[in-house]
Amino acid sequence: MEKTSDAIVAVGSVGKQKSAIRSKKSGFTNVTERIMKYIFTVCGITAVACVLMITIYMIISGAPAIGKIGITDFLFGDTWYAKKEQFGILPLILTSIFGTLGAIVIGVPIGLLTAVFLSELAPKALKNIVKPAVELLAGIPSVIYGLLGANLVKPLMYGLEEIIYANDPTHQFTGGANLASAIVVLAIMILPTIINISENAISAVPSEYREASYGLGATKIQTIFKVVIPAAKSGIASGVVLGVGRAIGEAMAIILVAGNSANMPELFSSVKFLTTGIVAEFPYSSGLHREALFAIGLVLFVFIMIINLILNGILKKGGKKEKTAKTAGKA
Amino acid sequence: MAKTTAKEVTNSLTRKRRRVSDIMLKVLIFLSSGIVVALTLGMIIYIVIKGTEGMSWNFLSTPAFSYPYENYGVLGNIINTFYLVLITLVVATPIGVGAAIYLTEYAKQGKLTRIIEFTTETLAGIPSIIYGLFGSVFFYNIFKVNYSLLTGALTLSIMVLPTIIRTTQEAIKTVPMGYREGSIGLGAPKWHMIRTVVLPSCIDGILTSVILSIGRIVGESAALIFTAGIAAEVGINSICDIFGKVMNQGGSLTVQLYQYAQRGGAEMKYAFSTALVLLVTVLIINICAKLVAYRIRRKRSV
Repeated sequence: MEKTSDAIVAVGSVGKQKSAIRSKKSGFTNVTERIMKYIFTVCGITAVACVLMITIYMIISGAPAIGKIGITDFLFGDTWYAKKEQFGILPLILTSIFGTLGAIVIGVPIGLLTAVFLSELAPKALKNIVKPAVELLAGIPSVIYGLLGANLVKPLMYGLEEIIYANDPTHQFTGGANLASAIVVLAIMILPTIINISENAISAVPSEYREASYGLGATKIQTIFKVVIPAAKSGIASGVVLGVGRAIGEAMAIILVAGNSANMPELFSSVKFLTTGIVAEFPYSSGLHREALFAIGLVLFVFIMIINLILNGILKKGGKKEKTAKTAGKA
Repeated sequence: MAKTTAKEVTNSLTRKRRRVSDIMLKVLIFLSSGIVVALTLGMIIYIVIKGTEGMSWNFLSTPAFSYPYENYGVLGNIINTFYLVLITLVVATPIGVGAAIYLTEYAKQGKLTRIIEFTTETLAGIPSIIYGLFGSVFFYNIFKVNYSLLTGALTLSIMVLPTIIRTTQEAIKTVPMGYREGSIGLGAPKWHMIRTVVLPSCIDGILTSVILSIGRIVGESAALIFTAGIAAEVGINSICDIFGKVMNQGGSLTVQLYQYAQRGGAEMKYAFSTALVLLVTVLIINICAKLVAYRIRRKRSV
């Protein structure tokens, strides 16, 4: 890549000399050239500027509330009760973490196995059914997941709740609006992310690895699970991390199924996520309450940034490994 | 111990115990894929069945909550969504394509490129609710309007930027080096080369990025509730209103769906009808993306 861009620069400078030789028109061309270069540079920097602005604004609007409430009271306080100005978000943080973990535990195995199916086992006819299904799943808006969750998953989980807590008079029935329902919806939502990224990673494993494994007498399934998946490890890991990012930041899909009371996370209790807390309370909030919601946004933002850094680390490591593998192959 | 025969060696390689685990894993793999397909099909069928109940010409041609007050429709929301798509694309496409051109044609590999690429990844990872919070504060400071379609669209522009940058970048990278060298060898300056050689050869890629962005815009909700608002009326009575509308608040289809679903009860069936409208839109977008991808593949093979 470096070489080719150097080549262009070299060729470009030759082009410049030539255009300098040319007549009157070249003055105009030169100006356009320079202006266009500035415009493209500005476009390129826009993404950086946006991230900076978002970071600055999230800190400006989130930090004051944390200062007023006190950082330990805010992060580790176990009561969120806006009317009494009690803003402890520990239940929300834990709910988001457990909800995401639950979604990963259900979604990753199904997603990974489907990716294996698509890249290693599927006959063309079946692939032509599964692949579009995954693409469609990825395109379905998150509110529709929420709508379906409220109409299909909630009753299902209520049934389960009734069976499990039939003899427990102390249990507060949630009508299915609980953490378990939210986990199911999130697990389905992250499937396309996991499937697509894992499939790419698995397809990128060189066929020599498979052939070597077959040559040693391993069966197809053994090859997949002992050779191909370990070789695609970093790609699959980045898929999982992306899935975590998607699950922890999702709001609209789970707001109708999570129940929205700030309880400590339990599978069958009504819970409030970091995201659903913001969506549910933002419209009617004011004063310190609204500032506290922005502070929740800041906490979420920090989570996402950490996830991004982890992802970046994985990709860098994976890239390095690939490079060394390639150079080794050349030598 | 007797000497190992060739047959025993083969046996040891394909022992029965292994085969059983093979079959089990295979069953699991097929089961998982089956679940994915069943989920997708089930969701679509369910939405189609429940959605047709409240679907009517009246539903599509009147705005929600208009006179008579108990009216359920989505016309206003369809128009709002259209506005959001249009403004977002007008703002984000040039910037995104420009950034992609900068990264592939102008930038030297170095710190700045790495920072731009990292921040693009970061933008792609930020959840839409954060965009909503940011947009509501940032653009309020600029426009001094709490909710407006313009605020919503500008927020979405930042959100779809990574999609456009990355997809266009991929497309530009596939333009053969020889094309560029040929153009520059003939004395064309860089911008001229980009305009006449690079951009025309990757126009399909740019189109793909636009289609993908439309999909994201149409499906977005969390970033819009706090920025574009929830109003459902059409709000166009004169020609001036066509442009004036951008400063008014306007809820998209997704936001209206959320409102119907939140109220529940009798309005749930209108939530499903809205979902059906969204689903059909998403399907059309998917098919368009497929067609463009097919065109690209055919062109490459020629």
